[in-house]
Amino acid sequence: MNLQRLRGLIRKEFIQILRDPSAIAIAFVLPVFLLFLFGYGVSLDARHIPIAVVVDQPTAETSAFVGGLQHSPYFTPEIYGSLHQAREAVMDRKADGIVWLRADFSRQVIQGKTAPIGVLVNGVDANNARIMEGYMQGVWQNWLQQRALNAGKPLIIPINAEPRIWFNPALRSRDFLVPGLIAVIMTLIGALLTALVVAREWERGTMEALMATPVTMAEILLGKLIPYFIMGMGGLLLSVALAVWLFAVPLVGSFWVLLVCSALFLLAALGMGLLISSAARNQFVAGQIAIIVTFLPAFILSGFIFDIQSMPAPIRLVTHIVAARYFVSILQTVFLVGDVWSIILWNSLALLLMALFFLGVTWRRSRKRLD
Amino acid sequence: MLARIWALVIKEFLALLRDKKSRFVLIGPPIIQLLVFGYAATYDLSHIPYAVYNQDSGFASRQLLGEFQGSTAFKQVATIENEGQIAPLINNEKVLLVLNIGPHFTRDLLMHHPTPLQVIINGRNSNTATLALNYVNTVLMHFDVRWAQEHHWGRPPAQLVVRSWFNPNLLSRWFIVPGIVALLVLVVTLLVTGLSVAREREQGTFDQLLVTPMRPVEILLGKAIPGFVIGALEGLFIVLVAVFWFQVPFVGSILALILGLALFLMAAVGIGLMISSLSVTQQQGLLGVFIFLVPAIILSGFATPIANMPEVVQYLTYLNPMRYFLVIVRGVFLEGDNIPMLLPQYWPLAIIALCSMAAAAWLFRHRMQ
Repeated sequence: MNLQRLRGLIRKEFIQILRDPSAIAIAFVLPVFLLFLFGYGVSLDARHIPIAVVVDQPTAETSAFVGGLQHSPYFTPEIYGSLHQAREAVMDRKADGIVWLRADFSRQVIQGKTAPIGVLVNGVDANNARIMEGYMQGVWQNWLQQRALNAGKPLIIPINAEPRIWFNPALRSRDFLVPGLIAVIMTLIGALLTALVVAREWERGTMEALMATPVTMAEILLGKLIPYFIMGMGGLLLSVALAVWLFAVPLVGSFWVLLVCSALFLLAALGMGLLISSAARNQFVAGQIAIIVTFLPAFILSGFIFDIQSMPAPIRLVTHIVAARYFVSILQTVFLVGDVWSIILWNSLALLLMALFFLGVTWRRSRKRLD
Repeated sequence: MLARIWALVIKEFLALLRDKKSRFVLIGPPIIQLLVFGYAATYDLSHIPYAVYNQDSGFASRQLLGEFQGSTAFKQVATIENEGQIAPLINNEKVLLVLNIGPHFTRDLLMHHPTPLQVIINGRNSNTATLALNYVNTVLMHFDVRWAQEHHWGRPPAQLVVRSWFNPNLLSRWFIVPGIVALLVLVVTLLVTGLSVAREREQGTFDQLLVTPMRPVEILLGKAIPGFVIGALEGLFIVLVAVFWFQVPFVGSILALILGLALFLMAAVGIGLMISSLSVTQQQGLLGVFIFLVPAIILSGFATPIANMPEVVQYLTYLNPMRYFLVIVRGVFLEGDNIPMLLPQYWPLAIIALCSMAAAAWLFRHRMQ
């Protein structure tokens, strides 16, 4: 290892970066663009769900229940004249579900029988339907409570859940999505920055020129790694700043822990890019592999949106080879919970091992040979 | 002219499939991803790890906990003796929730006093927390109905009777797997088209193409057709896997799906070629692919509903071909849609396809120098 040679290589890489500014765009423009888009665009908080209401025979009892629906921030009820019309509205995707109060609703309520409240939901988006069902239960319970209060009778619900939601009491989905997004975005940046750089040298024949010089393979790889590491960290700091200041996600844990873990993750991501690049030796194939192995796995298998605990065991095993999984866990913990060492240390260790693995394999595979 | 295009198409296929690595990249990963994502991407919770802090010694709390133990959605992993043990369990993600039963639980219930059940939830992932709370509420509802009946609390004046159309058990896999069809078709099409012009430009073979008697439109068609064919074949294969492997019901018209797939592929090929002709190097092409692909997936309604997005972003999604194709795939799979019902989705897709193809052709010609 010769520092002067290394410095030369790094300088060469920076000059190349400046010539095709797409690398700068990847490191700095891409994260800002994606965070803006996601931070504002992605939300799992359903509000104002359009719902069709059919009341066969309006009475004081029915209007009390419908009033509850109208006051709920989760629903935007609209009255339809018949079940048939309401059905049409659901088919035309104007409403997500129907609440149907039958003709004998008031009679049954007054006689002390249990009247059915028909709730028909469009189950295509099952997650949304489940969330809607939960909100509907809330409306129903409020209605029962109000009735019991008005009549001076005790409530007929023996047990009520009294939720205490830690770390995110308002259940703002942005607070967990934005830290998760940082992991997804950094996966993209890490791989995009390095996926093509070694393949490019091979394809253009400049690798041969490099090999004719006295530089060692380790120096070539470090010369590729260091410039992009610096740029990636820049992009990361930018993302964290946006998360904290623009999206007001609380950063409970310490910034330095975040920085060290991010550096480890970035090494793993860049290492993966370098491995793709030196294994493919062809920019086209390297680019294709980068598209396949970065975004979708980080999006679906990292626990960013979909809960890993609920996946079948073999798939849970697969998630362990996705570096973003560890980083998502660290980010969500450091942002929302604080420095929980058992989580931070184990996940950091996993990231370190992945980084060593990718860089080690890349180094071993790259010999100064031309075949 | 046809013969010339045919020759170009063959050349493109050879370039795409010439060696083992290139062939594998186009065929292997989409199939692997389909299987992995099909199982992984679900919002349904199972085996929710929970701990119990039971300060009550009566039979009511035991009966309630029995309901949780009997449910496949929950899995008890710890029993807590004092309040101090709650925080470590939740902070370290050992449990998703803790059921905290107060000391007078049974007594209060027997005296007909409504009693709270404190549920402490790890809110790191707010969606999982919301869903877990819904699952808890479902268990409580069952318990409440039984308890009210057995201990003469009287009957509630009304009860929700929930039914859901198209997906009676609310399996989110039925929603996600058709979405994955759209997802992978888009990825494969962009893989084939996104870098193809940039590669020729970078390698200099583009100039060779230009000195042949072929017109730009012909060259462009030669680039578009392989993307379309590979996307269509893989798309149909994925549909088959969704139906026969994942057992997602397919109740609509197959023609409606094929028409939608064709329009979507044209839009995707057009956009891929647009990116490709715009970029001078493959690095730029790759960046372009991601700049389109990532928002196209996030803002499509694949994982998070479009209705939850802010209004401005909702308008933005009208430009996204995947938005329309998702409605088509899910409509055909689950809701039994046919061609006339999906017309509102077809025409915007057709317009996007036309515009992107035209833009690709224009860029192609104007970037030639």
